[in-house]
Amino acid sequence: MTIRLSIHRIVLWTLLLVFALWFLAPLYVMLVTSLKDAEQLRAGNLLSLPTDPTLYAWFKAWGSACTGVQCEGLQPFFWNSVQMVVPAVLISTFIGALNGYVLSKWRFRGSELLFAFMLFGVFMPMQVVLLPMSQVLGWLGLASSIWGLILVHVLAGIPTTTLFFRNYYVGLPDELIKAAQLDGATFWQIFWLIVVPLSTPIIVVTLIWQFTNIWNDFLYGVVFSDSGSMPITVGLNNLANTSGVVKEYNVVMAAALIAALPTLIIYIVAGKFFLRGLTAGAVKG
Amino acid sequence: MFRTPQSKATVWLPKLVVAPSFFLSLLFIYGLMAWNGYLSFTASRILPNYEFIGLANYEALWVNERFHVAMRNLAVFGVLFIGGSMALGVLLAILLDQKIRAEGVLRTIYLYPMAISFIVTGTAWKWMLNPGMGLEHLMHQWGFETFSFGWLVDPQMAIYCVVIAGIWQCAGFVMALFLAALRGIDESIIKAAQVDGASLPRIYWSIILPSLGPVFFSTFIVVSHLAIKSFDLVMALTAGGPGFATDLPATFMYAHAFTRGQIGLGAASAMVMLAVVAAIVVPYLYSELRSKR
Repeated sequence: MTIRLSIHRIVLWTLLLVFALWFLAPLYVMLVTSLKDAEQLRAGNLLSLPTDPTLYAWFKAWGSACTGVQCEGLQPFFWNSVQMVVPAVLISTFIGALNGYVLSKWRFRGSELLFAFMLFGVFMPMQVVLLPMSQVLGWLGLASSIWGLILVHVLAGIPTTTLFFRNYYVGLPDELIKAAQLDGATFWQIFWLIVVPLSTPIIVVTLIWQFTNIWNDFLYGVVFSDSGSMPITVGLNNLANTSGVVKEYNVVMAAALIAALPTLIIYIVAGKFFLRGLTAGAVKG
Repeated sequence: MFRTPQSKATVWLPKLVVAPSFFLSLLFIYGLMAWNGYLSFTASRILPNYEFIGLANYEALWVNERFHVAMRNLAVFGVLFIGGSMALGVLLAILLDQKIRAEGVLRTIYLYPMAISFIVTGTAWKWMLNPGMGLEHLMHQWGFETFSFGWLVDPQMAIYCVVIAGIWQCAGFVMALFLAALRGIDESIIKAAQVDGASLPRIYWSIILPSLGPVFFSTFIVVSHLAIKSFDLVMALTAGGPGFATDLPATFMYAHAFTRGQIGLGAASAMVMLAVVAAIVVPYLYSELRSKR
């Protein structure tokens, strides 16, 4: 029995570790490649460690690599992304909290139906809004601007944030609100003094979820921005597709890591909340 | 919900508070959707114009070779990506459910691709699958001189590279959903079956997995809508190439609407995507919301 059991364990652990290696391989390859110079890139292979690690590729990817005609590295696009992500995440999370509060604790006739119609926005292919939206952004004078991107991300994010908060607030006991109401608390007092202080977990989940999605977005970035407002994903894609005389894969890999780092760090620090966002987004109703 | 006699404010205030954001987001979703639908019936080329031409754009799509390739690719990619992610994800969830000591670490490793952009994933895999410098080069250096792996530049095989990278990115997501579901299963069922002499794989295959029907269903919905919307990964990995061999409807739409000056055709292809997603998601949302009542 014990021998059979340990064979089970060996097979189990072998599988687990093989898969772990497969998942880690691209990250490892990106990292070792980004620390090589052109010489080591030629001499080595995908998996070989850099013989003489250098940050050359990282500096170039950050500050001087060409992304199309511009040669300023990813730096400007990184800051564009920061300027876009911070307001978009905060606004969409706040609106989601308010909507969720009303949809769970102040239901009115038709509110469930409205919510159902909104839910489709979580799934719909955004390709159907791209063409009209670029016209709308033009009318608003926001075409190819960071504010235009913020607006699109907020609008596209509201269904998800509303869903997150609504599902969380459904779990808060109604008696809490009823009791406060009997004590004369108003709609806003209940929200700010009772509901919000109880919302820390879902606020963290939503902030992380929205940050990850908006930072990683490419579709809106590539459609609604120009070289002055491009987010980092578009910058990275341009950098990777800019053909020089020799393709500097070490610079491309360093750039990919720079683009991945903010969300990766948050994932490593607060993975538990990211996980809850994933499952909350998948299990509806 | 609360009809206790309160000041009039509590009756209209909640509605007033949500009205602007509801109005704007429903306008964003359905208003722009309808507008796009209208564009798909017009003769728009580089700029939108509103000359109505009926179904001509859809007829043009129907006979468009490139759109056929995109839809065929969606079928191939969809089946392999959905099937692969789900199979691998379920397997990983079951493996991790065996009271593994380092579960937290392994779960973090399996899931981290979900936290990074498809553009990063595509860029990394493009380098690894590159025939000159990547995997092929590695195998040559290891002494397998005849090894060749040119899928990425082979029009017949490039779509499978997209599948591999897609599964790599999403399998951990499926794992997370199933692991949560497996944790909800009553352990006494497993114990009882073990007492009856059933082997562990058999218990999973014939007792536990069949009881997870709803999880399979909702995971399928989520992964399949990801498949239909796939855009970034293709753009970063192959940019639809070689030629347009790895085009998906999303890249087809982007190319025609924004780089080739075929707005009418692009709008029509977006409506086709919408129809495919709606066919999968609307019944799901309907059943989910009904069952909650």
